[in-house]
Parts: sequence; C-alpha cells; structure tokens
Amino acid sequence: MIPRLVGTALLLLSGIGCAGEAPPLVIGSKNFTESYVLAEILVQLIEAEGLAVERRFGLGGTLISFDALRAGEIDAYVEYTGTVSQAILGLGTDATVSRLNVALREHGVRFLRPFGFNNTYALALKAETAAALGLTRISDLVPQTGLRVMVSHEFLERADGWPGLIATYGFEWAPTGIEHGLAYQALADGSIDVTDVYSTDGELVRYGLTVLEDDRDFFPRYLAAPLVRVDLPASVVAAFEKLEGSIDDATMQRLNAGVVFDGETFAEVAKGFLTEQGIATVEPTGPGRWNSLRQNTLTHLKLTGIALFGAILVGVALGVAVYRMRALSRTVLYIAGLLQTIPSIALLALMIPVFGIGIVPAIIALFLYSLLPILRNTITALTSVDPLLKRVAVAMGLTPREQLRYVYLPMSMPGVLAGIRTAAVISIGTATLAAFIGAGGLGDPIVTGLALNDTSLILQGAIPAALLAVATELIFEGVERALLPRHLLQSTN
Amino acid sequence: MIDPCVALRGVGKRFAEQWVLRDLSFSCPAGETTAIVGESGSGKSTLLQLINAVYLPDAGSIEVFGQAPPAIDTPLYRRGIGYAVQGAGLFPHMTVRRNVTLLAKLDGWSEADIAARFGELLGLMGLDESLANRYPNQLSGGQQQRVGLCRALMLKPRMLLLDEPFSAVDPITRLGLHKQFLNLRSVEAVSTLLVTHDMREARKLAVYLVILKEGRVIQHGPTREVINAPDDEYVKGLLESLE
Repeated sequence: MIPRLVGTALLLLSGIGCAGEAPPLVIGSKNFTESYVLAEILVQLIEAEGLAVERRFGLGGTLISFDALRAGEIDAYVEYTGTVSQAILGLGTDATVSRLNVALREHGVRFLRPFGFNNTYALALKAETAAALGLTRISDLVPQTGLRVMVSHEFLERADGWPGLIATYGFEWAPTGIEHGLAYQALADGSIDVTDVYSTDGELVRYGLTVLEDDRDFFPRYLAAPLVRVDLPASVVAAFEKLEGSIDDATMQRLNAGVVFDGETFAEVAKGFLTEQGIATVEPTGPGRWNSLRQNTLTHLKLTGIALFGAILVGVALGVAVYRMRALSRTVLYIAGLLQTIPSIALLALMIPVFGIGIVPAIIALFLYSLLPILRNTITALTSVDPLLKRVAVAMGLTPREQLRYVYLPMSMPGVLAGIRTAAVISIGTATLAAFIGAGGLGDPIVTGLALNDTSLILQGAIPAALLAVATELIFEGVERALLPRHLLQSTN
Repeated sequence: MIDPCVALRGVGKRFAEQWVLRDLSFSCPAGETTAIVGESGSGKSTLLQLINAVYLPDAGSIEVFGQAPPAIDTPLYRRGIGYAVQGAGLFPHMTVRRNVTLLAKLDGWSEADIAARFGELLGLMGLDESLANRYPNQLSGGQQQRVGLCRALMLKPRMLLLDEPFSAVDPITRLGLHKQFLNLRSVEAVSTLLVTHDMREARKLAVYLVILKEGRVIQHGPTREVINAPDDEYVKGLLESLE
C-alpha cells in the first residue's frame, strides 16, 4: 500500500496524472514483431469504435506483460495459450481456452477467442524440395535418409523440441545445432534441407518455405488471442471478437513479412489487414517522426530529471547524516553499492510487483541507480575536507549546522557535483531500458528497433540519448563553473 | 597576579589510557601574552583545546576569566575566544573578506559595523584593502597568516589562542609578522596564549612563559625570571638557542 502511495505521489509530482474524462484504454505488446502487429490491430479496432486508446508497446516479456494486465496498467495484449498455460499457470501444454479461462478468473483476466493461427515450433524446408520428394507431413520425413537436418540450439535441448519429436515420430537422425538467425539463410542457399522454425515467421513467406504438418499433434499449441481484463467494455470485446478465426498461419506470416521485409510500419500493416477484413479504420493517429522524437525526449528527461532530483535530495542528506556516523556509513555505502550491482533490467523487473509498470517504477529504479554515485561522492568529499579546517571551524565557534553550511558542504561541492554528474549520465543511459516496462522515452524506438532488427529505428533512440548525455556533461561543466571559484574546479579540464 | 585570564589547578587530560597532560598548575596574566613553549608532542595544542572547550579535563580544574569552560553552548563560548593556527587555516572557497567577517555576519552585526571593523583590522595588520576580494590561494603565506589573525580578532574577543601561527613562514616574513603582532598588541590589549616551539619568538612576544615537556610543566613564570634563572637542564637547553 505504502509503495503505491509513494508511486501515486510521484505520478502527481511528475504532472502526468490527467484528470477529467474517462481514461483511455491501454493496449500493450511484447517486444517482438508479431506482438506489435497484433497489438496495433487491437488499437485500430478500438479507434474504429470511436474510443480513446493508448499504446504501451514493447514490454519486456511474458511476466511483465501479464503483471501489467493483472494490475490494470494495461487493458489488453495479445498472448499465446501455450505460454499462459506453461509460464503463468503451470498447466502443461494442452489446456483449452475455456480451461485456461477458469484458471485465469482469479487474476481478473481472460482470453477472448483465438485469431486462428498457431505460432508454435514447426519443421520447414524449401518448397521445391518438399514438392520433389512429396513431403507434406512430418511423418513423411521418417523414411527419408538423404536430408541434411540442422536445428536451433534451443530446439535441440527442449523437451518439446527435438527429443520429444524423435520419440513421437521415431526419427533416427542426429542433427547438429545452428544459430536460429542463420538457419533461414542456410536453407535458402541450399546448405541444409530441414530446420525448425516458428510457424508464423515472416521468413517463411520471403524464402518460399513449406511447413510440414504436425500430423501426430506433437508440438504444443500456441494459439494467439487477446488476453483482456474481465472489465473490458462489452463493445470493445465485441470488436475484438470480430477477428475470431480470421488470421491463419499464412496470413500471420504475411503480416510479419510486411513489417520485417517490406519496411511497412505496424500501423500500415494493421490498417491493410483490417481493410481486407472489411473493417473500417480511422486514419492512424500515430505521431510523426519529429513529434515522437520530441515526445520521447521529453519523457526521457522527465524520467531522469525526477529520479535525479530525488537522488540528489536523498543522496546528499543521507551522505551528511551518515558522515557523522562512521559505522553507519560503511553499511549504507555497502547497500547502495549492492543496488548498483543489480543489472538494470533486473532492477526494473523487480519494481513491477510493487509499483506496476510505466513511469513510476522506472523513476524509482533510476533513483536507486543514481543514489550511489551521489551518496559515495558526498561522503568521500565530506571526509576529505582538510582536518585543519575542521579544527578551525570548531575552534572559531561555528555551530555544527553552521560548520556544515559554511564549510563542509561548500568545500564538498566539487565532489558532490561530480557525483551528480556521473549519476545524471548513468540515468540517461539506463533510462533507455525503461521502455521495457512501458515507461516510454528514447528507449521506445530502441526496443522496437531491436525487435525489428531495424538499425535506423535503434539510432533514432540511441543518437538523441547520446546527445542528451553529452549535453548533460556540458551543462554540468557550466554549473560547476558558475558555482565554484575557479581554483576549486575539480573537473577534467 | 591579581586577575589571571586563565588559571589551571592540577589539570590532566588523557586519550584512552594515555595521559597527554599531567598535573598542570599555572596562571596567565590577563591583557598580556603568555607563551606556551615546548616541542611537538608536549601537549601544547591539547592545552589550547581544553581552554576553548573542545575537550574537558580528566583531572583538576580550569578557569577562564574566573569561569570553567562550559560543557554546552560551546560555540557561543568559543566566539568570545579568537583562534589562529599554523598555516592560517583559511577557508579556500571564501574571499579574504568573507573569511574574516563570517562570524560577525552570523552574529548579526550591521553591515556598517562589519565594514568598519574589517577595515580597521586590515589596517592594523598592514594588509591592503585590494586583497579583500582575493581567495586565500592568491595570497602569500605571510598574508594568509595575517588574514588568519584578522579573522581571530574580528569579534573583539577577550582572549586569543595562537597555535604556532608564525612558524610556517620564512624567517624574514616571520620577523614582519612579529612586528605586526606587537603593533596589534599595542592597540588591542587582548589576553593571548601563544603556543610555540621557538624560544626566541617567546622571548620577543610574551611577558610570561610556560615551559611544557611531555605533558608536564617544567617551569613557568615571567619571561625575564625564567630566562635569568632556568631551574632545569631542559630549560637551559632551550635558552642556549638564544645565544
């Protein structure tokens, strides 16, 4: 409860608590192409209903997305039955949607009806090879002996991968492992004949591959469907259910390929699909490139600014408090140092159960990261004030408060400022990861770009973030010059 | 001696189990300069810190102008006692003016009073007004020491504690500082305790001597008497440096 309150207070402080009309519905997505495309389709369906909607795309994984949904941070995202069944509910791989929905009731969420396609493991080979050998089902492979088979390392190990497959179908091959990203290229240039794929990969379209039917029903079912909160408005549920059974494997492959190979935006692909379905869409409202750059930069500054401000207040105050208590200072520095060693993405993930997703947990995580450099530099600077000056400050009759204000703090200024500067630069860098928990900022294009393997999109986030870091350095240099007499400047120049 | 500024009776001070001052008993004349002479480690600086209430004695009693140094409200008490050290100990982030006038400002003096006193002290110590806005690192060692003395005198204290303030400068500068100090003493009759290891300096500046060795008083008395009648080999040794 208390963390929530703190969170709410921060939210209000940061000026994002918007009052007034009903809040927009929020649609989330995970950080891979298919999830973006399907989420964008949901968004456009809601817009077509004339309702306000907000995108919270690129969330960093199943647990983050599911927790966000359960906590009401988002209202819906697209999930796979097999994933929920195994990763969330621990029910094995064959649970039906209605069985899953019974188990999901206690979480306040449910699956709507699946889109139709099954994004699972599959075996694929070139269409010509398949035609030449008359292969359509996995069982057809059993008598084949001359085929070169290579599968991804993960597939080779997983129980629902190769070991289970040979047990079910009775192959006798011993394939070697290959990097998944290289397998398509290897198939295309003929250096291998068969590999494992995800059944809706856009590459299947691009390279003209044939997917063999899983005729013994071995692979678990990963049916995609909207996973929504039970309180989602009925009109929206109805709109989503129009898509029931309307996306088969081939359609999904085509939509994915549209983004990955044809360079279309998610919005364009989604709009194109809905138009084919005879569903009227409104013009996509996605912001233009400059607008989104401006928006992302502002969010980024807000994230780091608030976190840094808090870290300065707490770090300096704690530094002063701890400076007077030697024993405590070791403990505090140790804890702050420990916080620093938690990988940033893990710290962000740890925030979710307590603070949900979005801006608040991101700010808190950045705050914790900024704390150490400021705290450590404050303590070090206070400790390294010349003992003679400390003796004089006492002997001349300054009260402890006056000693701090007129002697210790000003003399520690160069060190403290250097700590703040380090913290600021670290925050700006780390804040790019905040996009994984839906906080936005310059990490947004980076996360999307990573999902799409789109360098120019990555750079749209990375370059402004780097420029911000450089600008921060320069600003702090200016601040130091303005605040400190020249001979006390401690910076690099 | 009718009105001593400082009177010690059987004073001892120890840190942990180590006694650094033992059984000190002497009085210093008010309105005059007393030199505490001894080598390093003799407990001279600790003695000053007993007087300005940084430490309380572990044995015996101290009176400063007839009263024991207080255990609480010590900052207020210390503001009545000027303090200057070897190396001056000026705050590097403050100008000369700020260094000298800080306490007066905190005590709520008017700007006019501060400016008048500041100007007066610069004049007494032979410092040019143009130095007022400089930082300590822009001053010579001798100038820094003189600014340090100005700071100690700003609040017109009844007593001045000087912890080897003249020892970190070259001999010629030191002679200048001595002259300045005597000049100052002729104007402001503040009771002064001067800690030094230099017998020449003590003879020149002080009317009363206290010779300390390993935390004990070896001899004390008016300067002339001590010089004429050293009653210890150690004191004789010190006096040889005067030949």
